[in-house]
Amino acid sequence: MTVKKINKDAFKQFVDGLIKQQKVMGPCAQGDRFEFEQLQSSGQLRLDYDVTLRPPNRKYFLPPVETLLTYEVKGGYQSVYDDAEFILLGIHPYDLAALNQMDQIFSQDNYDSHYMKRRLNATIIACDVVMPSKDVFAASMGTATAKNGFDVLLTDIGDSYIMETGSPKGEKLLEKAKGAVDATAGDLEERQKIWKANQSRLNNHKLKCDCSYLPELLEGAYTHPVWEEKAKTCFSCGSCNQVCPTCYCFNVQDDVNWDFAKGKRQRAWDGCLLDGFTKVAGEHEFRKKREDRFRHRLYRKGKYVPEKLGSQTPACVGCGRCVHACLPDIANPVNIYNRLVDDLGLK
Amino acid sequence: MIEQNTIQKDIYLPQLATVKKAGLLNETELYLQIVMDGPQLDYVPGQFVEVSLAGIGEAPVTIASSPTFEDGFELVIRKVGNVTNAVHKLQAGNKIGIRGPFGKGVYPTEESKGRNIVFICGGIGLVPQRSFINYVLDNRGDYGDVIILLGTKCRSQRFFLDELQSWSKRSDIQFIETVDQGDDCWKGNVGVVTTLIPKVEAKLKSAVIPICGPPIMYKFVLMSLQGYDLPHENIFLNLERKMKCGVGKCGHCQINHSYVCMDGPVFRYSDLAIMPEAI
Repeated sequence: MTVKKINKDAFKQFVDGLIKQQKVMGPCAQGDRFEFEQLQSSGQLRLDYDVTLRPPNRKYFLPPVETLLTYEVKGGYQSVYDDAEFILLGIHPYDLAALNQMDQIFSQDNYDSHYMKRRLNATIIACDVVMPSKDVFAASMGTATAKNGFDVLLTDIGDSYIMETGSPKGEKLLEKAKGAVDATAGDLEERQKIWKANQSRLNNHKLKCDCSYLPELLEGAYTHPVWEEKAKTCFSCGSCNQVCPTCYCFNVQDDVNWDFAKGKRQRAWDGCLLDGFTKVAGEHEFRKKREDRFRHRLYRKGKYVPEKLGSQTPACVGCGRCVHACLPDIANPVNIYNRLVDDLGLK
Repeated sequence: MIEQNTIQKDIYLPQLATVKKAGLLNETELYLQIVMDGPQLDYVPGQFVEVSLAGIGEAPVTIASSPTFEDGFELVIRKVGNVTNAVHKLQAGNKIGIRGPFGKGVYPTEESKGRNIVFICGGIGLVPQRSFINYVLDNRGDYGDVIILLGTKCRSQRFFLDELQSWSKRSDIQFIETVDQGDDCWKGNVGVVTTLIPKVEAKLKSAVIPICGPPIMYKFVLMSLQGYDLPHENIFLNLERKMKCGVGKCGHCQINHSYVCMDGPVFRYSDLAIMPEAI
């Protein structure tokens, strides 16, 4: 592990140098919101962003639509891989936690070579949050700061960034940062202050229990009235799924060329809140009721996925995107989990 | 940190296979005998494959043949959706794609040895059970009493008639059949499959009981079995769900915490106690 300091001008030159060599994706302003885009110059980069519209981990590693294979209708199938190298610059710790979770999901049991090819070709430069978003609650979910899973971690300390490496890939990258100097004890102290501050700044909805307690809390909450109450106003629009950095469900569809001779098989984002998600041919639908779908999402985040991964942190990373995206304002996981804590108590 | 995995196999890539035989069993059920162009499938009763038609898509289908069947494998596919409608146009010699076999939750072929088995099948639920039934019949000496209960909606929907007839003639198994709606030509039992259960009640205790049928059937069969105070560990249910990937990623087949494509499709009833969405 190497820890360096680089002033912001030198950092800009460093980024411009990277852009010349390979694709660099970073947060840019889009109207009054932010979104990860491919950078043309360091001037576009907004490392002071609050939260992006879409989670960068999903956008780049499990894109909205992706071709898995091509085929000849009367012949064989051919795998399609996207093997361009790129740098993901500026991912926040909560989205990084989601990325690390997805890495586990797509590399365990059945190795998903499409996801993993992209993942292994990417360099991750994470960035500590400068400006917390209105609905962020990452601190409640243990993701306000990052301990691992990055190649390089940036922390804005005013006129400079502290750069810490987390992998050999990061070490190599840091060698290219001209003007970076060894961080002093004072710099590290400065960074420590920011980390400490972010633990309280990134907590605009406070969970009333430790997030590792969620699986146990949900154990006894299956028939609680909150599911039906909240789901009453649910549109089943799936917005909460679409903006979530830890949602990874997908649909698979065939797309045939106009000549009906060749085509491709694609996967696209899907969402468990959508009506029809569990519908089989013959019209039987296993989670037909809205409250069942609504509950399923909260159970996946708080219980099913963390238990599957053997993880202490939930599959909700506290980015707050669903809170913002949900029109009837029923999606906020903290409100629901807190209601359960209030009614069921803490063991 | 993630590490490079040396196995780079594409889990979504179908392998080519050839349809050796194709024929309608009744109005809606198509029989297919399939031989892989490459290495043959190594499967156990209860496992399923993803059948792929280029340009249409994929559908999960449980294998209908026993692993003791040596000339490829068999599927029975109901014409009910996008892919299966296209499957019904297949003829001998056509190429299809196959992924699999999938599923770690399978029929208890080993555990059942030396014990009685009571198969309860509803309609097309006969098909997945047939893999286990034929496996047992091909290894008949390994198992105790074998009873097959089959309920079909009406006479015209029955299929595998030769096989059913040979089962009814065998003295080393007991095959009892019923139809929901009788007609003038039907001389057998009339009523739903649960009406057959009291006829074999003496055999139920400590028997292995595999059940497969349409989603609605499970509740009624389990309700009928309720009265006999059977250990839930002995009851096995083959559950159907929507599936896209077959490999535990896409999320469609999830029942509470469990993925049917990974943990199923065959589940022990006792394991469903913590899966309220299952039945």
